[in-house]
Amino acid sequence: MFENLLSLTVWTPIVAGILVLATGGDQRAPLARWIALAGALAGLAVSLPLYTGFDNLNGGMQFVEMKPWIDALNIHYHLGVDGISMLFIILNSFTTLMVVAAGWQVIEKRVAQYMAAFLIMSGLINGAFAALDAILFYVFFEGMLIPMYLIIGVWGGPRRVYASIKFFLYTLLGSLLMLVAFIYLYFQAGKSFDIMAFHDLKIALSTQVLLFIAFFLSFAVKVPMWPVHTWLPDAHVEAPTGGSMVLAAITLKIGAYGFLRFALPILPDASRELAPFIVALSLIAVVYIGLVALVQTDMKKLVAYSSISHMGFVTLGLFMFTGSHLNQWAVEGALVQMVSHGFVSAAMFFCIGVMYDRVHSRNIADYGGVVNKMPIFAAFMMLFAMANSGLPATSGFVGEFMVIMGAVQVNFWFAFAAASTLIFGAAYTLWMYKRVIFGDVGNDHVAEMKDVNKREFLILAILAITVLGMGLFPQAFVSKMHLAVNDLIAHVAQSKL
Amino acid sequence: MNWADLNMIPAAPELFMLSAILLILLVDMCLSDEQRGITYGLSLLTLVGTAAVQLYTYTPYPVYTFSNMFVADPMGDIVKLAMYGTTFLVLVYTRQYVVERDIFKGEYFTLSLFALSGMNFMVSATHFVSLYIGLELLSLSLYALIAMQRDSIPATEAAMKYFVLGALASGLLLYGMSMVYGATGSLFLQDVAKAITGGSANHVLLVFGLVFIVAGLAFKLGAVPFHMWVPDVYQGSSTALAMMIGAAPKLAAFVFVLRILVQGLGPLVADWQGMLVIIAVLSMAIGNITAIAQTNVKRLLAYSTVSHMGFLLLGLIAGTPEGYSAALFYTVIYVLMSLVGFGILLALSRAGFECETLEDLKGLNQRNSWYAFLMLLAMFSMAGIPPLVGFYAKLAVIKAVVDIGLIWLAVVAVVMSLIGAFYYLRVVKYMYFDDKQDNSPIVVRGDMKLVLSVNAIALLVLGALPERLLVLCVEAMKQSLNAL
Repeated sequence: MFENLLSLTVWTPIVAGILVLATGGDQRAPLARWIALAGALAGLAVSLPLYTGFDNLNGGMQFVEMKPWIDALNIHYHLGVDGISMLFIILNSFTTLMVVAAGWQVIEKRVAQYMAAFLIMSGLINGAFAALDAILFYVFFEGMLIPMYLIIGVWGGPRRVYASIKFFLYTLLGSLLMLVAFIYLYFQAGKSFDIMAFHDLKIALSTQVLLFIAFFLSFAVKVPMWPVHTWLPDAHVEAPTGGSMVLAAITLKIGAYGFLRFALPILPDASRELAPFIVALSLIAVVYIGLVALVQTDMKKLVAYSSISHMGFVTLGLFMFTGSHLNQWAVEGALVQMVSHGFVSAAMFFCIGVMYDRVHSRNIADYGGVVNKMPIFAAFMMLFAMANSGLPATSGFVGEFMVIMGAVQVNFWFAFAAASTLIFGAAYTLWMYKRVIFGDVGNDHVAEMKDVNKREFLILAILAITVLGMGLFPQAFVSKMHLAVNDLIAHVAQSKL
Repeated sequence: MNWADLNMIPAAPELFMLSAILLILLVDMCLSDEQRGITYGLSLLTLVGTAAVQLYTYTPYPVYTFSNMFVADPMGDIVKLAMYGTTFLVLVYTRQYVVERDIFKGEYFTLSLFALSGMNFMVSATHFVSLYIGLELLSLSLYALIAMQRDSIPATEAAMKYFVLGALASGLLLYGMSMVYGATGSLFLQDVAKAITGGSANHVLLVFGLVFIVAGLAFKLGAVPFHMWVPDVYQGSSTALAMMIGAAPKLAAFVFVLRILVQGLGPLVADWQGMLVIIAVLSMAIGNITAIAQTNVKRLLAYSTVSHMGFLLLGLIAGTPEGYSAALFYTVIYVLMSLVGFGILLALSRAGFECETLEDLKGLNQRNSWYAFLMLLAMFSMAGIPPLVGFYAKLAVIKAVVDIGLIWLAVVAVVMSLIGAFYYLRVVKYMYFDDKQDNSPIVVRGDMKLVLSVNAIALLVLGALPERLLVLCVEAMKQSLNAL
């Protein structure tokens, strides 16, 4: 039963997406929605056995599939997951379900195309996490730009054209250089695109540095790290709610995953040499972007900047070297932070979407006193705001705490600077929450707001349970990733000069 | 020459096609305008028949005939088959368009087929003279085809420009050939190669000739700095002709370049490599950057062609069999993509209305989401975004240059394709993000709709499974070049 599991997780959503497209115009929109929901559920259903069937004691790749694909270029259809990528596949399938549900009534025009774009993208993202062949990875990695470009451009806000093209070109710039790096490695590895073969290559330091720069440009744009983050606020703000959810929850993680899968294990020496640089950029992201978030007047922009700041934490954790050893706390913390941020940011964007659907404004100033009209919603959003600012017992706390623990062991001042996020994060999130939710009813629009309907309640409830669950039982997924992280650290510790 | 010894079999497809064209000419004389559909049908039949003969006479190794002036080899056969297919598609796509513009005449079909036979000779020639004759047969047919719309001032102007510049390029080419002849004493490609390898030829004279030959070839390909005619001719000619010029002749020109530079002047690789690097970089840069400023889709596609020629040259620059087969693959894929792009423009044009500017594509997704999707496939494929097949074409040529250590060139190429992505995205933006302004229904013949859909979906299917075509190109190149 497990033989083609990964293929199923990749292709189920894509096939469902094509079926949704086949329903045609908006006169059959209800049918398109139900097929999309069924497809998303099926996608999640086939990804769950990855978790239950995962062998915690096996450090290698699991559920491996390997078939020749393009022999002429020695490219294989090679899939497999370790404890790290497996979690992201499940996160992605889960988010897709939320996104389909979130767009249920909100999207009224070209419903089939909207749903299909998300489903197809979901399959491509799963593929990127599962791919063990560099070109296969690249195909999925780039392929997902097409649906995202359309999602932002067709269903987005007023400046959607600018945002979508900026998003596309920024991401493409990085990934094209990565492609050249892949081709270079292909020849070094004796004409093989196998990522595992790349891991064992001996490469001179100067070459490693150049390759690292190519990978860095690709993944740093995706994460995004300061100063190549500027596409993100535009894309997040202009994207429809579902688009923002997927962008924040999943696509950003692919950047960090890229560092884990490519930059660190293939280029350990360059990673070590350039770690101070990455750490500096990460700390700038954490502190400076945190301050930028504080002054935003647009809720979506605020959450977008908070995403960059949180992702700064992730890259910080990934590059905490003591000598040639990565710090285990920091790496695991970064991973926990990634998963947690996936749920929390999706939830935050969904909350903003719920309000936007009622008032059609993202400006903080257009709200006030929402709690009077939407008490249930306010309670949920409180939880997510707390999680976003890293309150203990929520998932947001675990990751940040672990990264700071790891950073303290490496350098106190890193930890000190990083810990400022606990203050800034709380400040911008809770201050926004206060201005939007509390106080007297701000204006007539707010006065007309109705509390969440059943669909919204269900989505919020599921997200809330997950956020709390992860905060209280982080062991459930830390145990899965433990061995993979150990292997990574051991691998990175060996010089490849 | 002893006629009894003459082996006609390798040239059987060409002979079949020429006989069929003459037959069509005769038949067409007896037809009234209403019966012109018969000519159309016969032309398509000719293409199918020629392809059948081609497949039937296929040999997995090169066969020479006509005193070694003509060769049938696997590489040529593949390109010829691709050209038959391309011409078939062009005729199907343009049918409605030429009917509406009153150029649905017998000449349209016979000249198209004559152009095709010219291309066939270009592909199969192994002698400077037969190469040149093939080229001229193609060029003269195309000049006449463009000028067929004789009441249209832009078309006449385009034909004139094409003719003057084409003649200039042919002159350059001939001059270069004469230099090479002077240095080596032969017009046969194999003998030229042998003479150069033997060291008996004067190197200065050879390189002098080579410069002219490369310039002439660059003209024909439409590569910078000899690209100025491309946008003007694309824009001035009717969309049908722009499509025809942009499709099969590129395939023929590629083999033409390969025959002359690799099979004839292969020993001078160190000399022409540098020239091609400059031409390729300039083509990619100027083609892509200039395309950004275009508002006319035909001009945009013209500049995109220029940049694609730059990419194609990357494969030749590598100077390895892998590189040549990558370039062949690139050419075939490029033609497939450009057919879809022009096909959509033809589908959106109607009597009295030319779909030419980006504005004309506005809101296409609202008007007809299927055509918008097909165009989307073509655009992303041209931009080289996986999973579309354009990506593998770029991957193959970039891999070829990395293989010979020109990593900087690979980086330049990817940066240029990033710049190129912008205007392809802009086309998609007009189709998907903007609201429609034109409400007139899109009427397309059923057969064209079907063929166009298959053509575009092929970009996606080949993207998922490019293996067969890649292997075909590699094998053909291997078998054809081994014979040197």
